[in-house]
Amino acid sequence: MSREAMEYDVIIVGGGPSGLTTAIKLKQLDSSLNICLLEKASEIGAHILSGNVFETRALDELLPNWKDLNSPIKTKVKKEKFLFLSKTKSLSWPTWLLPNVQQNHKNYIISLANLCRWLGEQAEALGVEIFPGFPASEILYNEDGSVKGVATQDMGIDKDGNKKDSFEPGIDLIGKVTVFAEGCRGHLGKQLIKKFELDKGKDPQQYGIGFKEIWEIDDKNHEEGLVMHTAGWPLDNNTYGGSFIYHAENKQVFLGYVIGLDYKNPYLSPFDEFQRFKTHPVIRKIIEGGKRISYGARALIEGGFQSLPKMFMPGALLIGCDAGTLNMPKIKGSHTAMKSGIIAAETIFESIKENKDLSIFEDKFNKSWIYEELYRARNVKPSFNWGLIIGIIFTGIDQILFRGKLPFTLKHKHADHETLKPANKMQKIEYPKYDNVITFDKTSSVYLTGTNHTDNQPVHLQLKDPNLPISYTLEKFDEPAVRYCPAGVYEIQKEKDINKFVINSQNCIHCKTCDIKEPSQNINWVTPEGGGGPKYGNM
Amino acid sequence: MKILVAVKRVVDYNVQIRVKEDGSGIITDNVKMSTNPPDDNATEEAVKIKEAGKSKEVVAVTIGEEKAQETVRKALAVGADRGIHVKIDGIIEPLAVAKILQKVVEKEKPDLVFMGKQAIDDDCNQTGQMLSALLNWPQATFASKIEVKDKKLEVTREIDEGLETVEINIPAIVTCDLRLNEPRYASLPNIMKAKKKPIEQLNASDLGVDTSSRIEQIKVEEPPKRKAGIKVSSVAELVQKLKNEAKVI
Repeated sequence: MSREAMEYDVIIVGGGPSGLTTAIKLKQLDSSLNICLLEKASEIGAHILSGNVFETRALDELLPNWKDLNSPIKTKVKKEKFLFLSKTKSLSWPTWLLPNVQQNHKNYIISLANLCRWLGEQAEALGVEIFPGFPASEILYNEDGSVKGVATQDMGIDKDGNKKDSFEPGIDLIGKVTVFAEGCRGHLGKQLIKKFELDKGKDPQQYGIGFKEIWEIDDKNHEEGLVMHTAGWPLDNNTYGGSFIYHAENKQVFLGYVIGLDYKNPYLSPFDEFQRFKTHPVIRKIIEGGKRISYGARALIEGGFQSLPKMFMPGALLIGCDAGTLNMPKIKGSHTAMKSGIIAAETIFESIKENKDLSIFEDKFNKSWIYEELYRARNVKPSFNWGLIIGIIFTGIDQILFRGKLPFTLKHKHADHETLKPANKMQKIEYPKYDNVITFDKTSSVYLTGTNHTDNQPVHLQLKDPNLPISYTLEKFDEPAVRYCPAGVYEIQKEKDINKFVINSQNCIHCKTCDIKEPSQNINWVTPEGGGGPKYGNM
Repeated sequence: MKILVAVKRVVDYNVQIRVKEDGSGIITDNVKMSTNPPDDNATEEAVKIKEAGKSKEVVAVTIGEEKAQETVRKALAVGADRGIHVKIDGIIEPLAVAKILQKVVEKEKPDLVFMGKQAIDDDCNQTGQMLSALLNWPQATFASKIEVKDKKLEVTREIDEGLETVEINIPAIVTCDLRLNEPRYASLPNIMKAKKKPIEQLNASDLGVDTSSRIEQIKVEEPPKRKAGIKVSSVAELVQKLKNEAKVI
């Protein structure tokens, strides 16, 4: 059956900071452009999860009067702490000894989800057509191989692929330019990188998994505007990661943990490391007596400069963390994602008006501050391959003494799915039981995300080889999916002594970790029916 | 035949409800809102009747704050012809809703009024019944099947004992159960078209209806936390505990 088609000047896939910025900037440059923005979440912001300490640099360029527009950017950073944790102790690192990139006194503590909701309102007011609940599920190509647009997902398909009564076919959205802004490990971005070899000559992309909980805490423990980071316990010297604790408005604390997905021990459970982290005396003291009100997790980019793919191709641009513009040592990606959106809009405007090739994107990008930032940040993450302690010493030299201008570039040697060691060579990790006060299990955590997927739809976590989890991954790595998934999607169930790999896809919170970390790249994340997934509030 | 469908904007059914600290209500800031699910069934049924050629016009009406318009837009995107938004801020009780709907009915003169059997936020299950009394029209509640037969409706109702089929005269009120149908998806082109369909704005205060509260809300609280369960080692221990500790057998 041929699908209905609609034509626009520009199609944007994804309503995060980069996609929304592109839309707004394009409308500012030429209000007559027809722009369509697709978002897989049920509303803008519902799939957004981020720390977030926000640097306003890109927003200042996009909407210089944002302070007058009732933006949700309110809590200025007032104080900063950096702690090294051992199991029971903590050592405070003087903030003046922190590299510049980790100083936050000009920044704000925000909810990125709320910022996106607000950006969505700005975009709609300018006439951008925003369609939440409509995932782009397929890339459309012209005969010459250039990107023509995207198709939205068919709705109302049952788990066997048959059409239900409510079946509603997807439609073809055709644009002069299509912008892919799906965020980290976008499922279409992944296909584009492969097809157009955008990562040719680049290091393999590096990822992390980030957790976030929002707690409402006791007045006496709350210090609005306080930004705190930790390194060290509960992770060992060889595992890359750390925590954030941001005291936001309304007595809320944004508490989170990021772990590099290049970890080696298949027994490591990022979720349990995060839960355990909260039991450290310094952290427990903050949240004790408080209430956990939100939970979520999302993969993030850590590869930076060396791993950043080419961001243009015939007919399309790949921006934000769909490409990988996060600045790792800064622990920030929103401002760079937005800047890449501004550059994308300027590129598209010139391409449509003056018939210029989209390759002008690269020159604009390389001349902008985003390039400078990512270039200077490039050696930090790879230096942690030498362990936490040497990594910190090197980072001190690289960032404080040389300001990122050392005359060499360290490489990312492995993709994250290649780093796991066989289970029989690694030590099992015993995690403490959840106390349901400070620490919680996955089920009650996922419950807080509001995640739902319509019943009776095809499983959106596809196995390339359905036998591999049991025949190989379980044997060799003790099936790490059970542990790396932050939502309890994967289970090994024993039925009459036969192991079965179970995928509870309705629990999926769209973090993409499985797509990244599965040692044989056997799990392919595709979009479920529109509107599915988490319903994050102020994440 | 003209069908009026009443739709309400509520907190999405997937969202975990949080109570405000002062007990004055629930938190709705930055919370995903949707159409009350059985109202979607009501809209779907009305549109189906229209598609079957038995109705000429489907009008969707909502009552509430500015953003409640989204609910009407959604109904327009799945096939309603035009919308009415009665603007009023704050929480309004079923009787006030029924009185406002009565005014809308007097103005629009529909043959049928459809709505969900209850809203998932306050679970009142009263508006349809009250509107029926105010208009002195017959009502069929908890409908799981509706057949239009000339000047009559045959409605199958979900009741405790099973299914009950009733026949009522038109004009009538029908409140809809989730089993009535499977609401369709709004397609992208239809969402576009819905943006151009008219929504008439009315102010509740202009309708001459007393919307003041008749119920005093004392406090909103979360249900008490369930205590963690325990594992028993044998059936005997279970029976012993049920007998001596729980005292249920």
